[in-house]
Formats: sequence, structure tokens, C-alpha cells
Amino acid sequence: MKFKIFAVITFLLLSYALYQGMWAAPREATMGEIQRIFYYHVPSAWTSFLCFFANFIASIVYLARRNLKADAFAVSTAEVGVVFCTVVLVTGPLWARPVWGIWWTWDARLTTTLVLWLIYVSYLILRRYSTGQATPTLAAALAIFGFIDVPIVYMSIRWWRTQHPQPVIAGGQGSGLDPRMWHAVLWNWVAFMALAALLIWVRYRLERTRQQLDEAHALKAVGHAEGSFTR
Amino acid sequence: MSSLAGVSASNLRKDVRLEWRSKDAINAMLFFALLVVVIFSFAFDPTAEESRQIVGGLVWVAFLFAAIVALNQAWMRELRNQVLDAYRVSPAPANALFLGKAVGNFLFISVVEALLVPLFVVFYNLRSVGPTWQLVPVFLLGTWALVVVGTFFAAISLRTRSREVMLPLILFPISIPAVLAMVEATTMVLTGTETPAFWISLLLVYDVVFTTVCLLLFETVLHAE
Repeated sequence: MKFKIFAVITFLLLSYALYQGMWAAPREATMGEIQRIFYYHVPSAWTSFLCFFANFIASIVYLARRNLKADAFAVSTAEVGVVFCTVVLVTGPLWARPVWGIWWTWDARLTTTLVLWLIYVSYLILRRYSTGQATPTLAAALAIFGFIDVPIVYMSIRWWRTQHPQPVIAGGQGSGLDPRMWHAVLWNWVAFMALAALLIWVRYRLERTRQQLDEAHALKAVGHAEGSFTR
Repeated sequence: MSSLAGVSASNLRKDVRLEWRSKDAINAMLFFALLVVVIFSFAFDPTAEESRQIVGGLVWVAFLFAAIVALNQAWMRELRNQVLDAYRVSPAPANALFLGKAVGNFLFISVVEALLVPLFVVFYNLRSVGPTWQLVPVFLLGTWALVVVGTFFAAISLRTRSREVMLPLILFPISIPAVLAMVEATTMVLTGTETPAFWISLLLVYDVVFTTVCLLLFETVLHAE
């Protein structure tokens, strides 16, 4: 029931955010309608970074407490984070092509996001290929490596790129953002966070069920072994 | 502490003796890297000036691939006769095993690099414009950066299906800043355009940070059941 209520709230938030981004926010002066992709691109980025941060915390908690719930949370946040990070990497070039005239540039933020995506995809691949009881521990170790790597990646890529010409960013956002635009971005962020939470919730329940099923299978196998032993 | 150093040293001695007698890792790495050198020179066919620009990248890609060959074998030895299981139940510190293994891999890969660098010089007609001695810290720190994380991740990939495929998949994304630093620093020294001070310090930071993380987490990974 709680889940259904939350799903309805998420749906309403997404609808309102869609209205905010598509109609309520003003048309951008230089970029035109294409700038509206901003309301999806940036909130997705923030959401995915928060997911990865949650994954890092959950991994540490798992290593400290050996609690399978933390592991289920870690895998859910990593998967949802990768989904939102993919949205960022797809909407980025779609926006860049008409505005900068190029699909991709190796600038600091783009490249760091790409490396972040690569790191967490490798985390998911490790989970997929790893077998047996050791998986949560190994995955948690890799998650800690990955998260610590991010600032080093950012530092290195920023230095690498400041030595080359920067792309001309037409109508840079940030300081000069219209309050109605801020409004649209923040509403979209809230809506995307709700969607991420909803997806994590579904994924978490699925993972918990899978864990409990595994445990039940293991217990049954032990029971059979003991049964045959006493006979 | 003395037991950590002592056990590390005896682990290292064992690995070096095994390698000295079999030469498995070094031979495989040498031939593999030689093939990469030859194939790259077909693929790019550079002039002397161009090769100064690209060799930094080629050298490190060749060593990165060669290191994967050695790192994959590093822990396989310990699986034979359940050596790793015996180690788990022994009172010896887990980090001693890791340090011995990492230093051993560092030595093997450094030997391969020392043998292959002259080959790069010959095949690509290299002549460094900048101060060549600066390549020494770049190679030492860069090799350690690959080896320390690589040895740790090889211990992780040992527990997965299709181990050999797994190692590069998890090692390459994490190693991106280190590889970038090695390539940029090497290119800067070869072309003599700028000082590689930033990249050398970045490698130093990477080495210190990840060596610490490896030592903190290795026991957990070794005992993961």
C-alpha cells in the first residue's frame, strides 16, 4: 500500500515537472527550445551521483556489519545510478550537437561522467560474473575503489583538458539562470529523485526476495544432507 | 611489524624463485609486449617526429596489456594444492601475502619494461628532447600504480567465473587516471614541451591512496566466503 501511494506521488511529481520544464520555464534566448533538455540532463546527473554516493555508503556498511540488506541496497543504487548516468550521457550529445556543433568533447565534466559510468558498469559486471557467497564482499571492495577514484579522475582530466582549447559554451548556465528555470530544474530534480527512489525500492525488494530464496535453498540442502546422514 | 616484513620477504623470495625457475610470467609478457610493439608500428607507421608524440601512449598500452598477462597468473599459482586456503587458516598477516605478491609483480613487470624500452627506441627511432632521467620516476610510480591495484583486483577476479576476462574489465576503468598520468608525463619528457611535475605528483597521490586502500581491504577480500 505504501508503495502504491509513493508510486502515485512520483507520477504526479513527474507530470508537474514535465509541465514546468516544457511550458512554464521560459524559452532560452540563444539556444531556443533545445535548451529544455537541460531540465532532464542536469537532474539526472545529480540523481545518479547521489545514487553512487549511496552505493559507497551501503558498501562500507556491508563490510562493517555484514548485513545483506546493505548489500541489496548497494546493488539497487548502483543499477539505478547507472541508468540515470546513461540518461546523462545520451542527453548530453543530443544537446551538444545543435548547440556546440559537436556530439562529444573530452572536457572535464563529460569525461569524468563517462569514466564514472565505466566504473559502475564494471561493478555490475563483477556482480554478474562473481559466484557464491563472496560476491557482496568483493563488490563492496570494488565499490570503495571506484568511489575513491572519482576525485582523482576529475583532477587528472581537468588538468589534461585545461591545456587544450575549451569548447565555447553558448549561453553558460549557472549564475545567469532565470528563477523560473531554477524552478523547473529543481522540480525535475525532486521528481527524478522520487523516480529513482521508487526504482530502488522495487529493485531492493527483488534483491531481498532473491537473497531469502537463496537462503531457503541453502537451508533445504543442509536439511537433506543431515537427513541422509542420520539415515 | 617485523613479522609482516619477514613474511612478506619470504613470500617474495618464493615468488621470485618460482619465476626464476619457470620464467612463465616474464616470457609470456615479453613476447606479448613484443607483438604489441610490432603490430603498433604496422598500424601507425610513424616518422621520428610523430613517434615522439605517440610513443608515450603506445608504451603504456603495451605494458598495461602485458601486465594483465602476469597479474592473471600471479594468484593462479596459489590455487594449486590449496595454497591459498592454507594461507587463510595460517596466522600469517594477510597483508604480507599481498605485499610479497605486489612487489614480486612489480619486479617482473619492471624487468620486462627494462628489456622492452630499448626495443621501442630502436623500432620507433626515438630520441628524447626533454630530460630523459625524469622517465625514471614516471616508470617506477606508473608501474607500481598498475601493479598494486592490479594485484588486488586479480585476487578479486580469482573468485569469479571466467577469471582471465574479468581482470581487465574491472582494472581498466579504475586505472584511467593513472594511465592518463603515465602517458602524459612520458609524452612531455619525450617532446620536451612542458615539465611533467603535475603528472608525477598525481601518480604519487594515486599510489599512496590506493596502496593504503589495498592494505586496508585485502584481508577482507582474502577471507571473503
